[in-house]
Amino acid sequence: MSTTGAGGLAVHCRGLVKRYDGGVVAVDGLDLDVHAGECFGLLGPNGAGKTTTVEILEGLLQPTEGRVEILGLTWASHERALRERIGVSLQETHLFERLSVLEIVTLFRSFFAKGRDPDDVLRVVSLEEKKNAWYEKLSGGQKQRLAVACALVGDPELVFLDEPTTGLDPQSRLQLWDVIESFKRSGRAVLLTTHYMDEAERLCDRVGIIDHGKAIALGSPRELIASLGGQEVIEVTLSRGALDQDGVAALAGVRGVRRVADGFALAVDPLHVALPALIDHLRASGLSLERLATRHATLEDVFVAHTGRGLRD
Amino acid sequence: MTEPRSALRELTVARLRLFFREPSTVFWAFGFPLLLTVALGIAFRNRPPEPAVVAIEDGPGAERVLARIASPLVRARVEDSATAARELRSGKVALVIVPGEPTSYRYDETRPEARLARVLVNDLLQRAAGRSDAVSVRDERVTEVGARYIDFLVPGLVGLNLMSSGMWGIGYAIVEMRTKKLVKRLLATPMRRSDFLLSFVIMRALFVAIEVPVLFGFGWIAFGVRVVGSPLLLLALCFLGASTFGGIGLLVASRAQNTQTIGGLMNLVMMPMFIASGVFFSTSNFPDGMQPFLRAMPLTALNDALRAVANDGAALHDVWRPALVLGSWAALSYAAAFKLFRWL
Repeated sequence: MSTTGAGGLAVHCRGLVKRYDGGVVAVDGLDLDVHAGECFGLLGPNGAGKTTTVEILEGLLQPTEGRVEILGLTWASHERALRERIGVSLQETHLFERLSVLEIVTLFRSFFAKGRDPDDVLRVVSLEEKKNAWYEKLSGGQKQRLAVACALVGDPELVFLDEPTTGLDPQSRLQLWDVIESFKRSGRAVLLTTHYMDEAERLCDRVGIIDHGKAIALGSPRELIASLGGQEVIEVTLSRGALDQDGVAALAGVRGVRRVADGFALAVDPLHVALPALIDHLRASGLSLERLATRHATLEDVFVAHTGRGLRD
Repeated sequence: MTEPRSALRELTVARLRLFFREPSTVFWAFGFPLLLTVALGIAFRNRPPEPAVVAIEDGPGAERVLARIASPLVRARVEDSATAARELRSGKVALVIVPGEPTSYRYDETRPEARLARVLVNDLLQRAAGRSDAVSVRDERVTEVGARYIDFLVPGLVGLNLMSSGMWGIGYAIVEMRTKKLVKRLLATPMRRSDFLLSFVIMRALFVAIEVPVLFGFGWIAFGVRVVGSPLLLLALCFLGASTFGGIGLLVASRAQNTQTIGGLMNLVMMPMFIASGVFFSTSNFPDGMQPFLRAMPLTALNDALRAVANDGAALHDVWRPALVLGSWAALSYAAAFKLFRWL
């Protein structure tokens, strides 16, 4: 089965706006394309408009303005056909407390004309051993994997996963990542939302960073990080005195300086040039260090660079 | 390998499983009405006639009076005057006889059993003294099955049960699913909305087919309550009542966004009918001016129809009026519910 809409686009939207009564604008002119066979991540802090965007794309919310095509079709003209071809996992859904895992997946399977065997899907999400357990007895990670199983049981060409790993322990997150990666490998498209940078970097071919309902950056994680000008970050905390930001920015290898909670973060490239230059500069200015650390730049730095805020602020 | 089945069937089976796996809903649907039947059936059972309890003030002639009023209808004993006065005051005896010329009866006229005791005792004393009856009479005693309180009660409890399980089973269940975003999750699949609603209807219908025979069957086994009219007509009326209250439940649930709201709305709708629709006592106890309103309430209509069939053997053409009231409520509530219902 191929994931082809017009021009091979699984999701295509232009000028998406969602304005609620009372003037709150949740989505503010969003353009988005998800290609066939691609995992696309919508990244942003809570309240950025991720869920609203996804629910519009899923045909569960009406946009105030804008055009949406899913697999080349519109919700207005092909709702039923589209429902057969997409899978959905909502943010924080509760399923039926006193149905078993297998009963729930079988129920969801019955809604689709074609689909996968419920036992197969449970194997994919590693819930075979829990298949006779009631939903209310499952852990958070198991519930989330079951939600994904319900999204996969109709054998969709495109799945929407809204914060699939929020609130999960690290091991459960890894398990879900495996599930999503194996689905991706089968050539289907995935659109997921997350506020975890590491999740987006690992799973997504491309990410759209959104804030206040607008896309502020779009590209592959590698491109976005490269756009910072430096692949590495030096974090500096001074025990006393103030850093001369302009002076530091002019040092060899330093691409950018910004203030963070307890000091400064420098985007640098290459590290082996910037680091000695920084140390020399600090010594010459008579400043003493409390802490200095280096790390690879992440999507978080991209977000901060665009908004001046951290993702969890 | 699990064979895929029809969505409607799976939804209905899911509803049944969810019902039976929740002990409290099973109790409210079956246990509670049965307990109520037992408790009220025992409290208001028909007793053999109680003898009138009277005291004879001690003194000359007391023993003679005692002998003259000996009868299974009267239980009399001789007491000194202070004891007799105290027992009269506390209601232990209904009447104090003071022998003498004339014999006097001391009693509280406002107490029915006191007036009855006076008539009985006076009758016995006069006859013992030689009075003869001027008119010849004959007693025909009847204890009609179908006229007891329990016969009145069982159809009312069935009506009450159809109301509450219909409203909770549909209205509350839907709002709970909406609160958990489960309705939204289902609508994100190709599931047909009609299948979703129909699964509730089928579940309710199955329950009517179980709970009505269980309640009437229990009334029959435990108290000899009989259905005089056609059981099929009775069941048909129960289905009509269940669909009416299902519609009202759906209407109440059409906009409610959380379970507190729906709980409050349900009680607001059901409480007046619980009291005034003749579940536990006849609606004729309310003033005449209120009767048209009471008759127009769906539970009153259902109870009237059920009693007419179960107790009086009414046929379809006798109960068309309450059936029409129920049908109108059903039509109105479904029409309004479909107009107002918020899926997302």
